[in-house]
Amino acid sequence: MRAALAAALLLAFAAPVAAQENVPPAPYAYRQLADPDQEAKAKALMVTLRCVMCQSQSIADSDAPIAGDMRSEVRTRIAAGEDPEHIRQWLIARYGDYVTYTPQVKPITWPLFAAPVVILAVAALLLRGRFARAPQRDDGDTA
Amino acid sequence: MSEPAPKPRLRLALWLPLILFGGLFALFVHGLTAPADTTVASAFVGNPLPQFDLPAAADDRPGLATRTFRTGRPKLLNVFASWCVPCAAEAPQLATLAQAGVEVDGVAIHDRHDDLARFLAANGNPYAAIGRDDQRAVQLAIGSSGVPETYVIDGRGVIRYQHIGDIRPEDVPKLLAKLKDAASPGAGT
Repeated sequence: MRAALAAALLLAFAAPVAAQENVPPAPYAYRQLADPDQEAKAKALMVTLRCVMCQSQSIADSDAPIAGDMRSEVRTRIAAGEDPEHIRQWLIARYGDYVTYTPQVKPITWPLFAAPVVILAVAALLLRGRFARAPQRDDGDTA
Repeated sequence: MSEPAPKPRLRLALWLPLILFGGLFALFVHGLTAPADTTVASAFVGNPLPQFDLPAAADDRPGLATRTFRTGRPKLLNVFASWCVPCAAEAPQLATLAQAGVEVDGVAIHDRHDDLARFLAANGNPYAAIGRDDQRAVQLAIGSSGVPETYVIDGRGVIRYQHIGDIRPEDVPKLLAKLKDAASPGAGT
């Protein structure tokens, strides 16, 4: 019953949502930049930016109209010579850290960057204890 | 494993994985059962509106530019589209706000002239100006992730509040309060 209702709702929304594609897409939504180096830069940035509509996809992967507009925005800025990280910060200023898949170094993300170091340190300590004890234990086992 | 009986000091270490597992299990169950909040709030609230100058989207309304927000009076900036169903649902509330003396300006996203004219004829036209944003340039520049969204802009052109989704009748008093806040001395002109 709920599934049927959901399906009916989806159908009801399908037509109007498709209507936003009646307007031609932004110039660089589905077109690469002429300069391959610039396009490579744009692509590298776009795969690390989240589509704010279909939120588990990058704007490079997403077919949502807003992702197309975001791609066009990114490509236009890259073509104008803007630095990719500057574009990322521009988007973060508007959509928050959520818009980037690349974790930003901020107080809240320190554990993320510190964790590998801490785990390696703990592992080294534990292994040191084990290696230091090992010869004695071997003696005991062979005896 | 080679030791015949664990020392009492080791007991806690043995239980630790289970405790960790329990903690993670509870966390995952919570994450799976709690309804996900998928709204992306604008991080741009508190900033002045970016520079833009949009052409008119309708015949009988002017376009929309940043300078039209620096009039000293707070306004609503409504991001909408004719193809957006909740936008039709919030039209009566926008009409109520306009009748209350609030100036409502619209930004029409990905819209065609005829579609928009039909939408305004069917749902009413509470807008003082409607800018046409075919490439979401303004929408992206103010951190809006969908339609409809409504921003409270103060008299200096600074974004003061963002309402995500359609305006329900119960949201009208809140928006009026936010507009009043935006008009208060010290904040505006």
